[in-house]
Amino acid sequence: MKACHRWLCWTLVACGLWAHAQIPLNQRQSGSELLSSSNLSIQNDPGLHPATLWLLEGEALWKTQPSNNVPSCESCHGDAQTSMRNVATKYPRKLGSELLNLEGQINQCRVQRQHQPAWPWESLPLLSVTSWVARQAKGQAIDAFSSPLLKQDLAAGRDLFFQRMGQINLSCAQCHDQRWGQKLAGVVIPQAHPTGYPLYRLEWQGVGSLQRRLRNCMNAVRAEPYAQGSIELTRLELYLMWRARGMPLETPALRP
Amino acid sequence: MAQPRTLITVPPVVKKGELVVVRALIQHPMENGFRHDENGQRIPRDMIQRFRCLLNGKEVFRADLQGGIAANPLMQFTLLAQESGALDFFWEGDNNFRAQSKAQLLVT
Repeated sequence: MKACHRWLCWTLVACGLWAHAQIPLNQRQSGSELLSSSNLSIQNDPGLHPATLWLLEGEALWKTQPSNNVPSCESCHGDAQTSMRNVATKYPRKLGSELLNLEGQINQCRVQRQHQPAWPWESLPLLSVTSWVARQAKGQAIDAFSSPLLKQDLAAGRDLFFQRMGQINLSCAQCHDQRWGQKLAGVVIPQAHPTGYPLYRLEWQGVGSLQRRLRNCMNAVRAEPYAQGSIELTRLELYLMWRARGMPLETPALRP
Repeated sequence: MAQPRTLITVPPVVKKGELVVVRALIQHPMENGFRHDENGQRIPRDMIQRFRCLLNGKEVFRADLQGGIAANPLMQFTLLAQESGALDFFWEGDNNFRAQSKAQLLVT
């Protein structure tokens, strides 16, 4: 009995340590490594990749004035291919007291500089411009997010990642830190590095943002998802980007 | 969206007698009319019904699209390169949907 008790204690201690084990930096893998060869060939060929249509739309929006006497994105920022070369690797970032992801930054610019109504979350123009901007950083390493300004939000995002939620009572970490590579409903659990967003998901039949994906996951564990653009999701986004620091951006990626 | 985005892929130059792979991609929801939204309302049908490709005004490929086809349909087909000319692509569908696109075929 006593031996059994001791064994149980050790198991609990080991579980406690395991719960905070993170993926070693050299073992991290992008979701692209789990793609089937046919999906990978679509991702690598812009002529086949449906997200190319969003990029074309984004490029057109970048260059168009939303109305007369209002600058286009290009009027201020110039050619996206040079000015936006690694911008997407540094978001979410702090603007004043606000934590903004790339979509938030684009909308902030749109409201304050272009005096236009903000685009709704997940709308075609917002996803298109975000894809076009993030595409310019393809292949660039994700930032280390070492700014002291981000410390608090990063810690809050990390807490959310380890927070159990929903009726199924699972945290992000339980699947994506501890059980990546194992299977869930016949599908390999990825490490959940946000390297390819906004991405084309076959299940969505369209391009979607990281926050849409996070809300999907929260629905799947039967938790009430946070609203899009909420501080919680943006903090979680920040933690995930930090977790993928140094990995190359792959926007626009393709996922099943 | 006034004109949906399309993307045509044709090799820049082809030799006479060669098989040419042509790809045509279009942004379209291909809503089959059987799905329901979050509030239980039926999403109305919105499909592309026909795709056509013309070379110098002559039809070289045609397809009827039906319910099982995913959003943003990709058409890939081959042509036998005989003459250079203008390729015209037409998509027609529900709610008076019309889209078109062009490409050049250069046969040497």
